[in-house]
Amino acid sequence: MSSVPLDGVAAAAGIEEALPLRIKLAARGLDGTTLLVLPAFLAIVALFVYPFLYGLWLSFQPKDGGAALSNYVRFFSDPFLYETIGTTLRIALPVTIVNLLLAVPIAMRVRLMRRQRILTTILVLPVTLGTVLVAEGLLNYLGPQGWFNRSLMWLGVIAGPVKLTNNYWGVVASLLITGFPFTFLLTLSYVTGIDPALEQAGAVHGASARSRFFRIVLPLILPGLAITFCLSFVQAFAVFPSAVLLGAPAGPTRVISIAAYQAAFEEYDYSLASAIAMIMGLVQFALVAAVLAGRRLLYRGPVAGTKG
Amino acid sequence: MTIAARHGVGALELRGVRREFGSLAALAGIDLRIEEGEFIALLGPSGCGKSTALNCIAGLLPLSGGSIWLGDRRIDRLKPEERGFGMVFQSYALFPHMNVRKNVGFGLSMKGVKGAEAARRVDEGLALVRLQSQASKLPGQLSGGQQQRVAIARAVVIEPAIVLMDEPLSNLDAKLRMEMRVEIRRIHDTIGSTTIYVTHDQDEALSMADRIVVMRDGMIRQVGTPEDLYERPLHADVADFMGFRNRMPGQVRAVANGRAEVAVCGTTVQGLVREPVQAGASAVVSIRPEDLVAGASASGIPARVTAIEYRGRAFFGTALAEDGTELFFRADRTVAKDEAVVLAPLPDRTLVFAGAPA
Amino acid sequence: MIRDTGLSAKLWRIAIWAATAVFILNLFGMIAAVVTNSFATRWLGTWLPLGYTTRWYVAAWNEFQLDDVLIVTFQVVFTVVLVSGLLGVLAAYALARRDFPGKRAIMLVFLLPLLVPPITYGIPMATVLYRAGLAGTFWGVVLANLVPTIPFVVLVMIPFIEQIDPRIEAAARVFGASTFKLLVRVLLPILLPGMLAAMLLVLVRTIAMFELTFLTAGPTSQTLVVALYYAVFAAGVRAGQSIDAMAVIYMVVTLVWLVIALRFVNPTQIVARAKQEPAH
Repeated sequence: MSSVPLDGVAAAAGIEEALPLRIKLAARGLDGTTLLVLPAFLAIVALFVYPFLYGLWLSFQPKDGGAALSNYVRFFSDPFLYETIGTTLRIALPVTIVNLLLAVPIAMRVRLMRRQRILTTILVLPVTLGTVLVAEGLLNYLGPQGWFNRSLMWLGVIAGPVKLTNNYWGVVASLLITGFPFTFLLTLSYVTGIDPALEQAGAVHGASARSRFFRIVLPLILPGLAITFCLSFVQAFAVFPSAVLLGAPAGPTRVISIAAYQAAFEEYDYSLASAIAMIMGLVQFALVAAVLAGRRLLYRGPVAGTKG
Repeated sequence: MTIAARHGVGALELRGVRREFGSLAALAGIDLRIEEGEFIALLGPSGCGKSTALNCIAGLLPLSGGSIWLGDRRIDRLKPEERGFGMVFQSYALFPHMNVRKNVGFGLSMKGVKGAEAARRVDEGLALVRLQSQASKLPGQLSGGQQQRVAIARAVVIEPAIVLMDEPLSNLDAKLRMEMRVEIRRIHDTIGSTTIYVTHDQDEALSMADRIVVMRDGMIRQVGTPEDLYERPLHADVADFMGFRNRMPGQVRAVANGRAEVAVCGTTVQGLVREPVQAGASAVVSIRPEDLVAGASASGIPARVTAIEYRGRAFFGTALAEDGTELFFRADRTVAKDEAVVLAPLPDRTLVFAGAPA
Repeated sequence: MIRDTGLSAKLWRIAIWAATAVFILNLFGMIAAVVTNSFATRWLGTWLPLGYTTRWYVAAWNEFQLDDVLIVTFQVVFTVVLVSGLLGVLAAYALARRDFPGKRAIMLVFLLPLLVPPITYGIPMATVLYRAGLAGTFWGVVLANLVPTIPFVVLVMIPFIEQIDPRIEAAARVFGASTFKLLVRVLLPILLPGMLAAMLLVLVRTIAMFELTFLTAGPTSQTLVVALYYAVFAAGVRAGQSIDAMAVIYMVVTLVWLVIALRFVNPTQIVARAKQEPAH
């Protein structure tokens, strides 16, 4: 009988002791609500982080044994493999730059439009339809008998049909069709973030349209353009279905993703395929890192003016 | 009107309540007893711990130490939904997807009050805040003042023992604030609840509350009626908060019969001793601008006027004393900028506090 | 806004609109070519086909077993939408409402799958799924598609949840709501519009997701876009009109959902997290 009050005291003391830990954790933001992040986080760790690390490890375990680096040695000594980097860059870089050069002036003009939504809806079409459909569509449209060649011949621009499919230009065309809207919509979201009052202030203080753009708008959107460039480039560098369907996958448009795919699903050499995927990721990362390092030199504060 | 607060639950008591955020003590051991039916204002500058105290009472923040009692029932371990209080939030926190009726009836439906009884009480609540005509609107369609009334109705229809209000008027414009002060006090008197009202505006606290709790740095500095605090602040910082804008550091010359003579700004002034001081020690002399009058007497603090403005009935201005202290004063006739004046403090309105140790 | 009226400004403006018009013209030309060809009896060396027919649709439906493919497509897509919607909203709620050590690292883990293109991480991921015996199965395709969609829901929902006043949840608590009632009566109704938008965007993106499905699908777990790829890849085996009929079916499936999605979201959101609409 005498133990009952003692237990009661002990239990009370236990609560007294347990509470501070729970409060301490809660004060650091760790409580039941925080745990809600776990299912999604674990899913991404299992399906993204782990496979990536596994692929990295696998790339050092060559299929036929041999030195850990032999996959990488093989990639950089076989022109059929290492030339895919140059091939991919020759497609991805010009396309990304052209897309960005077109997107900025058009976005500058479109932000003044009252009914932007019609245009943005049209432009989101090719992004939504995806590369496979665009490749199939362009095969016909850009083909020797397609409407594009016919129109140019009818206008007298060219004498005979120009070959635009199953080569470099076919892939470039498909990346322009799907890549430009992507680049443009990103650019538009940065351009519309700039407070119009800043440009009005520039005009009142005597800046022409040209210098308003180069002295006020461009410095403010440049960090955003750097991000846009990175995202657009990474997308273009990973070009796959259109390089197969619309290009010449054996030669001029044998891009790096084709090499990786063939290693994995035609030669069943997952080790080499992983090595190529890692190299692909590394090239993307190197270019993005270079651009972002340059971005650090730019102004990156608020662009909405100083009020509020 | 039949909405009435639950009675007989007893006084609300905070015993040694502490709350720490990391190493920061937001509440450093608060003891406070609030009687049933009282209108209490927690007053202090931002970061003084007044909102933390309110959230601890509501159960939205766990205590780091101490306890809270309602009558003889300990409530600090109860979840917020188990305490049965009403609360009005600074941002109103109305449910955006429910119309005014549903918002007001939310607490009733959580308590299982349904049908005609719930409808009747919601109607009364809406009548109490005079919003019957807006009952089917969504919060987004109401003005700030109307949203505020919905928040108040939501808090009182559940007939809570205690209504908590967290700076409820700070998002309203000046005119509406004045109207809502009267309104909130009227509702408090009508339903007879205990109201705990957090504010940083001393005018609001003085005009609405039965008792005011002045807080600073997580501690209670003074508890008293509005008159107590206005006339008899116990500390220099409380005085500062109560409108004693002139704070002059000086040295005590003599102390006698609850009065002290203090050397400040190149002269000597007399005042009522509020904190124990002795001759030779440093002190702070506090006085309101309206009690520091230009030209009322030949003796006083000589100063040079730096700005003057007319505020109906009297002029108020700023001046620099000879030692560079900025002073706020009243003048019954206009004085010019740069004019030399003598500022005379009213001795019964001049307070002397202990100064920082030299 | 300032309008210039000088000649060079006018020419510049014309050049910009001309570039936009050329782009849109080619885009519609490409789509129209697919649609026209799918109805063509014979189309060689002329502006328009010799005659029109709908028989290619019947042919495509039978040749490519589109009923099976469509069923698989919708099973995959709706499973992905539900799972990523549930996991994504839970995670977004925690990330929007709490600050805790390691939050930045977790945000980075959610950001990476959206930045790295699918083909780059798809090959190691497909390898792991093959080793686990999941590749080629329905659940393998679903798991692969969760990689970009869960982070997408998280990133769309975080700003949506952040703009909901946390005091609303506190108010529900104070007025007596239990955790369950708080969820059902207050949080879900407030979150529903945002969840609907995020899940529609996931739906549109998953129908069009080629690379991940392609790398992990087997013969019985192909979605429409992968079936279309194989058809185009093996062009010459079937009539071109038949492939284009399938392409039109794919377009219709995608566009129906796009139109529904655009009733709730801004087109820009399909590409990027759109800025908040300015309050007028």
